Amino acid sequence: MTKRKLGRGVAIVGAGMSGFGAFPGVSTRDLFVTAFQEMRASVDKGLDPGDIEALYIGNYSSDLFEGQGHTAPIMADWVGLTPRPATRVEDACASSGVALRQGIIAIASGLYDVVLVGGIEKMTDLPTERVTDTLATAGDAVYEIPPGFTFPGFYAAMATAYMARYGATPETFMRVGIKNHSNGALNDKAQFGATIRKIMAGKVARAKAKGYPVPTWSDEMEFLHDDRANPIIAWPMRLFDCSPISDGAAALLLVSEELARSFSNAPLYVIGSGQASDTGLHDRADLTTIRAARLAGQQAYDMAGLAPADIKVAEVHDCFTIAEIIATEDLGFFPAGEGCRAAEDGLTARTGPRPINSSGGLKSKGHPVGASGAGQVVEMWKQLRGTAGERQIPGNVDLGLTHNVGGTGQTCAVHIFERR
Amino acid sequence: MSERTITGEAFYQYLGEQKLMGSRCQSCGTLHLPPRPLCPACYSGDVDWEELGGRGKLVAFTTVHIAPTAMIEAGYGRKNPYCTGIVQLDEGPAISAQIVGVDPAKPEQIDIGMPVQVAFVQRGEGEGQRTYLAFERV
Repeated sequence: MTKRKLGRGVAIVGAGMSGFGAFPGVSTRDLFVTAFQEMRASVDKGLDPGDIEALYIGNYSSDLFEGQGHTAPIMADWVGLTPRPATRVEDACASSGVALRQGIIAIASGLYDVVLVGGIEKMTDLPTERVTDTLATAGDAVYEIPPGFTFPGFYAAMATAYMARYGATPETFMRVGIKNHSNGALNDKAQFGATIRKIMAGKVARAKAKGYPVPTWSDEMEFLHDDRANPIIAWPMRLFDCSPISDGAAALLLVSEELARSFSNAPLYVIGSGQASDTGLHDRADLTTIRAARLAGQQAYDMAGLAPADIKVAEVHDCFTIAEIIATEDLGFFPAGEGCRAAEDGLTARTGPRPINSSGGLKSKGHPVGASGAGQVVEMWKQLRGTAGERQIPGNVDLGLTHNVGGTGQTCAVHIFERR
Repeated sequence: MSERTITGEAFYQYLGEQKLMGSRCQSCGTLHLPPRPLCPACYSGDVDWEELGGRGKLVAFTTVHIAPTAMIEAGYGRKNPYCTGIVQLDEGPAISAQIVGVDPAKPEQIDIGMPVQVAFVQRGEGEGQRTYLAFERV
């Protein structure tokens, strides 16, 4: 494949997000307004919203989640940006990673200089089984869903294939959850702003207050093996292996490279972008890897002229704990089959040699699916500019990567950013 | 071998007749399951139905405890999980299917690589009753 370059450079000069969580009575437009305002406040030299020329909004399924289609012009309206062109982008859970790419392409083409990219989702209005049904529409409704696959089920099936080939165990996956909850405890935007230990303590305190039998877990692993505290969703994926059902929005301001310094003291330049598609899960030769992620990652590395070892911080699509392990292999951070050892050995901890999901990832931060890809870039904005507070990764964190997967890996978008 | 157009609907009609049908490209010879009206290997539209033998091996699976609405209506759920997976047929292609004849409460006893053969399961009531693809341990 030919190595591709952008027609001209693009930079991110503002980023913001709503909290991720369950917010009854708050709709996507309200969440988007919050994200937009935080994005605007993050622009070092100020933003006149009138300078924005177009919007690309990632949104998976407001249609089914909140009975609202045609969401892009509504978002434009609610932040005062009509009559500018507003386009909704849908690629399942990769919707806003792909919206970002569309915004980048639009600026690189020369058509626009200033673009707003957003991501929105409102999932918590529906009962769990209808959320399960809605997420399942990202699978193949003819050949995958009728046999009973759910989204946790797809990734659980990948996990069984991975376990059989590489010897990982359910405990391996639990390590990823413990790590991401530990990171998310340092993120005030996270849905679960708590370590697993703190969640355990909360359950013990509630049992005591209500006079119920008090659980006696000795450590996180015992808690995570407790079928009542951590029920199986789709074996081997348990509740704490699954990202939550979430509401949330994120907003990013993109400008052409030549304008970057007129908006920002420390822009994030988009130096790599890749995207690929794939067949349904059963048609793939290897179920222990996501081929679209390998391809998208390679495109992004090639465009940036970088190797995996150059990346200082990465937000990867940990919709399920197994997905993070596979992602760290697909992106070349570890060889195939070694991602599970890396997780067990703590190499992916925030303070480890290969920090993954310093934000808490989708697991702890939350996974409002259409907002998750843009939300990953908000973490890049903070880490690369040194404003991540307690969870700041030490050292000169100037190169970061985001990896946003749609469905079972039928879509993947990877981006690489450099702070200059 | 058939006048039926290659569609998902026809695939399920065949399942109702206890037949697992794929398609074979008459131009490059590639066998596809699920069946496809256009060969993605050579782009030929000259494809025809072909029945598969129904034997294969389990390559991935899960036991689903939090079920979608359709499976809840069929009696599955937290207290009655089911197994679903991906089966690679002896002829090469692989497909998603329910796995029956295994104990979903004991996933550790379900083996990747175990030989399976096609089974046809009915779900739904009255006019809504339909045949779905399943495999069982040989």
